[in-house]
Amino acid sequence: MSRNSPDKRLSVAKTYKLYIGGKFPRTESGRTFEARSHSGDLLANLCRASRKDLREAVVVARKAFPGWAKRSGYNRGQILYRIAEMMEGRIDQLVNEVSSQGVSPQKALKEVETSIERFVHYAGWADKYAQVHSSVNPVSSSHFNFSVPEPMGIVGIIPPNEPSLLGLATLLAPALAGGNVTISLVSETRPLAPATFAEILHSSDVPPGVVNILTGFRKELLPDFSTHMDVNAILAADLSTKEKKLTEENSALNLKRVVHLPSKAISATDNPGLSPILSLQETKTTWHPIGT
Amino acid sequence: MSLSGTLANTPPIDSVGVAERVARFSTRSIKKTSKMEALKLALSMIDLTTLEGKDTEDKVRRLCYKARHLHVDLPDLPTVAAVCVYPTMVKVAREELNDCGVKVAAVATSFPSGQDDLSLRIRQTKGAVRHGAQEIDMVISRGRFLAGDYQYVTDEIVAVKEACGEAHLKVILETGELYTLENVRKASDIAIHAGADFIKTSTGKVQPAATMEVTLVMLEAIRDHFQETGKIVGMKPAGGISNSKIAIRYLVMLRETLGNRWLTPKLFRFGASSLANDLLMQIVKQSSGVYQSSNYFSID
Repeated sequence: MSRNSPDKRLSVAKTYKLYIGGKFPRTESGRTFEARSHSGDLLANLCRASRKDLREAVVVARKAFPGWAKRSGYNRGQILYRIAEMMEGRIDQLVNEVSSQGVSPQKALKEVETSIERFVHYAGWADKYAQVHSSVNPVSSSHFNFSVPEPMGIVGIIPPNEPSLLGLATLLAPALAGGNVTISLVSETRPLAPATFAEILHSSDVPPGVVNILTGFRKELLPDFSTHMDVNAILAADLSTKEKKLTEENSALNLKRVVHLPSKAISATDNPGLSPILSLQETKTTWHPIGT
Repeated sequence: MSLSGTLANTPPIDSVGVAERVARFSTRSIKKTSKMEALKLALSMIDLTTLEGKDTEDKVRRLCYKARHLHVDLPDLPTVAAVCVYPTMVKVAREELNDCGVKVAAVATSFPSGQDDLSLRIRQTKGAVRHGAQEIDMVISRGRFLAGDYQYVTDEIVAVKEACGEAHLKVILETGELYTLENVRKASDIAIHAGADFIKTSTGKVQPAATMEVTLVMLEAIRDHFQETGKIVGMKPAGGISNSKIAIRYLVMLRETLGNRWLTPKLFRFGASSLANDLLMQIVKQSSGVYQSSNYFSID
């Protein structure tokens, strides 16, 4: 059909961009990579983020951290729940994007629904994990001694390539619930839904800089994620043995915590529960003097 | 001092041209060894500044310690050029810095507004110098300037210069309150004519503070004056220059407007507080290849 044909509209292709500090910039490097359908058709060009994009993301995340950590767990829970609401509103788009890259429509729907579940689940935990994990400790001096969990800071999130949206949701939700700020390097092979997810975050009351989403190549960016002195933890799933080794060795530079979530936990319909939240917390113990 | 001739020579400013010229400076690619040199040069040009009502003697001592020991892991770093404080803190700063080469600069003349009797402002200047200030950062009376009383502004600079004695005089134009680039040029010409050793953009208390546009106009005033009379005047942009990237752009602009001769802390300064740590982090990044965290650097 000719382009000029009156009854066939030329559709406008979507530009997928990075999400850094609550804005949608193109990569500073000007590079792109292609997202293709299962049958090999070009679906979209995406930004291929560079280490400088990561650097920018770390700067804005660091600025956002104190504010996010200081919010009440209850408020963080509300915002996580809002993310779920907004995902629900764009469920068709997300399912389309997941299935356009080689997932059956039924499976794609299941993936999106489970992703939404993750946010609802961790919205519930946000104001509860601290009670569950805090303790009053018996000590033999005149002190009231208690321990509380505190968020670690900036968490680099490396979700599995597949499932891309569910992988991101499963790692992101517990990090956020616990008051951490995040920079995610999303799936190379199915980046469309995670890139759209950034737009959902943008309209979900998530403060700028708390969630940053980069599209690009793991091979290129993993060394920078793991060596960056201002990234406090890495939460990953499905890394190869080589990637794991690299990440752990580099993380020794600033004693980054590296947490691997098993792939089973990602795709399970059951929610992974408390442990991913606690894996990104530091325990602070206070010795408060009291009378004898 | 008579102003006749000075203002007649003030050229009109083409603001579109200035903006385009500035945009060009931002396109220079400074990498590797040149970048390292630029970072170190910028570091050596910093006036480490604390100008707050809540400044305490201990805060000034800490700042002076930082001025001398920027980062212990890098022993061959330059020190910053000066520490810039309120007159009440000059004594403490001098005690801390001794004669280690880092100068003590004091803001005087009723900083930041300058709204006071000239006699009081001169007394304050003399007091700061007596306490050991080696450099004085004065503010001009912007109200008088905007009202067209250029003679008053000239006279106050001449008077403060005299009160400075041996101390270097930096004249703050507070470009954020001068509105137009034409005014910036006019004020620069007046300050240079009246005997400023340095001209400085801003107090840091008014937005916008230093921008590349006003700095370029001021650098051009310095250049024109140099070509006409051979007298060399320094430049200090202050306020809002918070990271290395911007600092390097200023150095590019300086080099391409005034030449190599001005690439020294004797003739160019950055008024900044958080810039130092960013430069240090960049320097460590250049040598280690790893992006840094402010946790490993001293508080600024």
